[in-house]
Amino acid sequence: MASSTSKGELIMDTTVNSGRRKLLRVGGTSLLSATAVALLAGCERMASQAQAQTNPAGDVQILNVALGLEHEAISAYSIAAGSGLVSKAVLPVAVTFQGHHKEHRDALIATIRKLGGTPVAAKPDAEVAKALNAASLKNQTDVLRLAQRLERGAANAYLGVIPSFSDKGLAQVSAKLASDETGHWIVLSQALGDALSPKAFYVG
Amino acid sequence: MDTLLACAVLAGQLCFGPQLAANDVNRGKELWEARCTGCHSLEANRIGPLHRGVFGRKAGTVPGFSYSTALKNFGQTWTEASLDKWLAAPGQFVPGSRMGFAVGDANDRSDIIAYLKSVSGR
Repeated sequence: MASSTSKGELIMDTTVNSGRRKLLRVGGTSLLSATAVALLAGCERMASQAQAQTNPAGDVQILNVALGLEHEAISAYSIAAGSGLVSKAVLPVAVTFQGHHKEHRDALIATIRKLGGTPVAAKPDAEVAKALNAASLKNQTDVLRLAQRLERGAANAYLGVIPSFSDKGLAQVSAKLASDETGHWIVLSQALGDALSPKAFYVG
Repeated sequence: MDTLLACAVLAGQLCFGPQLAANDVNRGKELWEARCTGCHSLEANRIGPLHRGVFGRKAGTVPGFSYSTALKNFGQTWTEASLDKWLAAPGQFVPGSRMGFAVGDANDRSDIIAYLKSVSGR
């Protein structure tokens, strides 16, 4: 799997190209909900109306945890790309996924700032590599397994925080982020040859 | 009746009802891997603090992890009861804490806690 184009890589590439076309039609901050879009667009009146019924400080805490998760994902894909373990066929997919995470990061940073918070900073890649035990990765399958685990964890994390948001608009944003991460997880699972869960409600 | 019959086969132990059924550590491990590893690892601090040893540990005391002031000042030790309240609604149990992730199902929480206990040498 590490050296040649495999069936898994082809499935991954085809799936991602299809997903990328759809994402290009969406793009940037349009991934955010009405409330978040209002915040990002500088519509202060609408934003203040939304905030009046919410707990922005609590929401900022949750958004900052999400931002930490996106920072880590961006680093993880950089570490994977620089590991020498990822084939040329898979590398563009990793770059695409990393691009999604960068869009998530940018949207989260903008929203946190609009809500009056301070975005958490990214950790150095070396620190992330140590925390993820990247030194143990020996081949492309190991890399894909790590990415698969992180993407599933991220999808579930975004779903698990939904009840905690005081702003329903931000809860919807969290669901959208979870959907993106689920897409990544499914593509990675297909590339690894994992069967889809026979039971429903397999995310969350 | 079915519940009583099921309990009766448990090596002659007294039946206290299904609510006291043994927690499933293996299921807890699967749940933990699916839901918690987005932010946590057993051995390393990431978005959240490392989880090995969390059961029985005083909250907010993992070296090298930057906790919220709320959790640093919480002062409680993680037990079945406190972890259950934390996982059910972290923001309500420790207002001002950063974790927003909640586990709504009580059985899921008890199995996750059983797993965390098992990896904490407790």
